[in-house]
Amino acid sequence: MLTMMNRLPLPHCDSMGEIVAGCIAPHPPHVVYADNPQQNEPNSEGGWETLRWGYAKLANKLKTLDYDALVIFTPHWQTYIGTHFLGLPHFKSKSVDPVFPNLFQFNYDLEVDVELSRAMHDAAKDAGMVTMMMENQDFRIDYGTIVSAHMLNKDWDKPLVPISSNRSRHYYSVEVMNEQARALGRACRKAILESDKRVVLVSTHSLSHRHFTTEPPIPEDMSKQHIYNHSNYVWDMKLIDLMRQGKMQEVIDLMPEFTEQTMAETDSGSISWMMEALGMPDYPAEIYGYQSVIGTGNVVAAWDPNPETREVVL
Amino acid sequence: MSESPICFGLYVPPQPHPLLVPEQNEGWGQLRSAFDTARKRIEESDADLILVYSTTWPSVIGHQIQAHPEPEWTHVDDDFHFLGSMPYKFKMDSDFAHGYNENCGQRGLHSRTIAYDGFPIDTGSVVALKLLNPDNRIPACIVSSNVYSNRSESIVLGKAARDTLKQQGKKAVIVVVATLSNRMFTEHIEPKDDRIHSAKDEEWNQKIMEFFGQGRLEDLSQLSREIHGQIRVQKVVAYKPVWWMAATMGQSNSYNGEVLAYAALHGSGGAVIQLTPTSGSIGDKEFDEDDVEVYSGDRDVLDKGMN
Repeated sequence: MLTMMNRLPLPHCDSMGEIVAGCIAPHPPHVVYADNPQQNEPNSEGGWETLRWGYAKLANKLKTLDYDALVIFTPHWQTYIGTHFLGLPHFKSKSVDPVFPNLFQFNYDLEVDVELSRAMHDAAKDAGMVTMMMENQDFRIDYGTIVSAHMLNKDWDKPLVPISSNRSRHYYSVEVMNEQARALGRACRKAILESDKRVVLVSTHSLSHRHFTTEPPIPEDMSKQHIYNHSNYVWDMKLIDLMRQGKMQEVIDLMPEFTEQTMAETDSGSISWMMEALGMPDYPAEIYGYQSVIGTGNVVAAWDPNPETREVVL
Repeated sequence: MSESPICFGLYVPPQPHPLLVPEQNEGWGQLRSAFDTARKRIEESDADLILVYSTTWPSVIGHQIQAHPEPEWTHVDDDFHFLGSMPYKFKMDSDFAHGYNENCGQRGLHSRTIAYDGFPIDTGSVVALKLLNPDNRIPACIVSSNVYSNRSESIVLGKAARDTLKQQGKKAVIVVVATLSNRMFTEHIEPKDDRIHSAKDEEWNQKIMEFFGQGRLEDLSQLSREIHGQIRVQKVVAYKPVWWMAATMGQSNSYNGEVLAYAALHGSGGAVIQLTPTSGSIGDKEFDEDDVEVYSGDRDVLDKGMN
């Protein structure tokens, strides 16, 4: 159950940390492929504009916010032994998507806010969770982190704090996943507020997540893109409608059924973590776009705790 | 059995402990010794190819087949990064990969070869190839496990592999990378404290190894769904490795089976098992599920009722 603390407004105080926004930022590598950044080796003729334009608008908004780091909870760093945090300050390598290697061969060079990463690790550990710091310099950063970080900040001028996704859904149930992710969200919120950092939270995942198992000869052929089935579409719209209404507690309550019905990537715990860290918003989300990528349903959305800067986007 | 394109089959675990820290636990050391024994047997065989089916290489767009002639990287496991890095440089049989891909298409499967510098070869494949073929004496090929595939695709995928071996006149050692029971502990444990996660997992592992030891691969293939329900954490839709292994090796119970080692790997059941084709058989049972030669794709069952 939520404590009263979680329902209180986020503080605006120079001496304390602050969560300045939370974002749902899906990570199909297609959006980076379609954008043709210099870091990515394959070239495209575009595609998925609805998502990419939505991403661009959200990225512009983030440019107007004063923040120190992007905290990214990623489904593609999958851990079965607790939750892991990066413990080294700099990673430079190449990320090749294991599923779509033809689309994503991205040369990255990124900084990690290790101080904040360790603070979150310690807070989670103190709260009784299984945690570990990842301190192997050869470790390759997952493409979920890279895609969402790139699309939200193409200048790469903010350090990241990637958090692994513990696969408790597989080992136990969606309900257990939901509760564990929320507990992690509470711990991360505590660590952030007790720090002197202003952060943007990033929950990187699709909504419905059933893929087509074939790919068109031209991957960016938009005439081939649609949701996998109507049921998944209806579920996605249901969740987005609740987000618009600011009913995030209801979204989280629906999470087990939604996740099972649509094979949703919310099984990572990412959105449950973020909503708890945000204090379970009861204000409307900013919706920036929705589009299918190879059958999956993807929304770009944000929660701005500050009513003065909160927008109605779509 | 002289016509079989399979020298023998191996079932090996994916976790990195036998490669990186075999000295930390007696069971991990036994698995390492079993890998070493298997390596020697591969060296003594007349295999032209090591063909790996890895359960730790998931794919979505059909099945992917590694065709890069010399993939090279330093791999780190997502969970067990603290055990160390795994630098590798492998030699792949690109011709086999392309032939395998074509034969998948002939049998109705969607597949593709991949050959990208820096492609993340999975932990299980890296562990298997570094331990079984450390000097790249024999070229290898790796095929993925599609997350949505089920029995028919897995069996047809195996048959396409066998087709390709026969077409190219090659003999192979096939390697399935998978645990038996796959439930690991969800917290850190000291190496000395490793054990199979539960008595139920242990009982089923023993039953599976009894079948393997008797060479009853086709019987295991028929039991696959039951195994999945009993002792597999439901990460994917089915327990597929024995389907692929049975189909690739020839769908029979005619093997000499040998369990070279069995030990816990952070709670999961790790075993190194060898199956060698032989003329004898423990006998064929009455099988519940039909054989399948060609994958027909999704059958649009729901749509058919609307016409």
